[in-house]
Amino acid sequence: MKNNSIKNSIDDTVFEIFVYIVLGITLILVIYPLYFILIASFSDPVGVNTGKAMFFLYNPSLEGYKRIISDNRIWSGYLNTIIYTAVGTTINVVITMMIAYPLSRRSFSGRKAITLFLLVPMYFSGGMIPQYLLVKSLDLLDTRAIMVLLSAASVYNIIVARSFLEANIPEDLYESASMDGCSQFRFFSAVVMPLSKAIIAVLALFYGVSHWNEYMRALIYLKKESLYPLQLILSSILIENQVSAAMVDDVLLMEEKNMLKELIKYGVIVVASVPVLVAYPFLQKFFIKGVMLGSIKG
Amino acid sequence: MESLLDISKAEKKNKLYDSITPNRFKRTIIKDWQLYVLCAPVIIYFLIFEFGPMYGVQLAFKDFIIGKGIWGSPWVGFKHFERFFTSYQFNIILRNTLVLSIYSLAAGFPFPVILAIMLNNIRGERFKKIVQTTTYAPHFISVVVFCGMINIFLSPSTGIVNFFIKQLRLEPIFFMGKASMFSHIFVWSDIWQNTGWAAIVYIAALSGINPELYEAAKIDGANKLKSIWHVDLPGIMPTIITLLIMRIGKILSLGFQKAYLLQTPLNIDASEIIATYTYKVGLLDAQYSYSTAIGLFNTVVNILLLIMANQLSKKFNDVSLW
Repeated sequence: MKNNSIKNSIDDTVFEIFVYIVLGITLILVIYPLYFILIASFSDPVGVNTGKAMFFLYNPSLEGYKRIISDNRIWSGYLNTIIYTAVGTTINVVITMMIAYPLSRRSFSGRKAITLFLLVPMYFSGGMIPQYLLVKSLDLLDTRAIMVLLSAASVYNIIVARSFLEANIPEDLYESASMDGCSQFRFFSAVVMPLSKAIIAVLALFYGVSHWNEYMRALIYLKKESLYPLQLILSSILIENQVSAAMVDDVLLMEEKNMLKELIKYGVIVVASVPVLVAYPFLQKFFIKGVMLGSIKG
Repeated sequence: MESLLDISKAEKKNKLYDSITPNRFKRTIIKDWQLYVLCAPVIIYFLIFEFGPMYGVQLAFKDFIIGKGIWGSPWVGFKHFERFFTSYQFNIILRNTLVLSIYSLAAGFPFPVILAIMLNNIRGERFKKIVQTTTYAPHFISVVVFCGMINIFLSPSTGIVNFFIKQLRLEPIFFMGKASMFSHIFVWSDIWQNTGWAAIVYIAALSGINPELYEAAKIDGANKLKSIWHVDLPGIMPTIITLLIMRIGKILSLGFQKAYLLQTPLNIDASEIIATYTYKVGLLDAQYSYSTAIGLFNTVVNILLLIMANQLSKKFNDVSLW
């Protein structure tokens, strides 16, 4: 018996060391590519190409960022994205909370029917073309409105919010409030919303990130470049390799031009990801809460 | 106390029974009208933008003529489906979709489970936190930026991966230009991006396991590996199965964005999937009916797959989505 437990504790120590090593390697695998992009964006492009900026800054310079800042397309993309994210997220959060509250009430007569109604499109949807034709017939092609309207609410987030309200707003709270003549509207705005700050943060984050990263909707519904969100501008720079001519046309040598293009790519990745990554450490405990709420009743 | 409960139960039953009669039904709606008003914005949004397109699904069985609109266009039966099934692209895009999807599932599914179990079995709380925070982060990188990163890292002339390959005195590889490389790039980059995020659900499930079970396993002489096998895994099995069913149901709805963004003319033989093909045929070539038919085919297969997977899991594990 004793031998066994000693053997076990040796086994366990070996096992734990092994786990630490594997997790350590995982950590490096995740961090390194991000770290590399960051240092490369601040380094001399020649150094990056010859492997001198693999682990540390090489000849630090702001050349790439200077060229990015002077580019109009990126500015207008940024501005559009901020508009879509701010307006879109506000609408999302408000109407999600509005429907999540009734659905969280066991006494609400429409609870089952409405839940079912919301679940149908998860399994059966019209598809890309019918949706496109619908948007076209509503005269919403090439408008800012479509970027906000087409994702006004997600079923997943409604379920997350509903689970939160079920657990945190007791049914009899309203009953006692209604004795004092409180209507459901007032109860919702004066009691439910203030008590739901945590879930509102979660929703704002989920919706906010999806607006910030939205690409496909813009690709399908927007033609005017002045309406393009950041992601669409990024795709032309990063994927189609179309750094605008103005950004590099003062450089004559082809090779140097290509290096500058690479430098600009590193830079735009950083510029586009900064808002999300800066907010991330502060918000991550909310994200986790949200996923857990969703997993209970997903 | 008990009798009180009974009364309230009886009352509930009565209410339920009553609510079926039309008069009562009307009255409950009047009672809850404010709650219905709160639901209205989302319901209207769903009616227009989620259910609205369902009306257009009939295009799959029609020849769309712009002047006549969706309703007025002539019926043509299964013409578009026949054309799709007999076209030479059918095999290619179906194969590519299945390969990418099943490869992702087979290679990607175990990693979050393993990560969660490893995190559950170490003692250093701070290290655990650091690993969790770091591995979640890539999930928030947008798909455009992520594909841009893949392009940059794998570039044959300036990419860091080929830099190392050249250091080893080997020929640089043009990753994005090879159809044979596409599935590996697609799947393994996905694992890099989403393993940490997908692990959250399992971490939550593991934290819900009764600690006494670990104690009991220890007393019975189990080492860590054995307690993982006999306590951790059974504890999260229902979660694993539920997520597996959902993944199987989505096997043909492989995301459009990443495949589209990683496509190059050189790897198109491996990277054209149902979603990207629907987009090109539908929006770029304006063959609305044909594209709708392909989309409908996709949806129907998905539903069948989901029902099948759910049936299987009900039979073997007593876990069901509905």
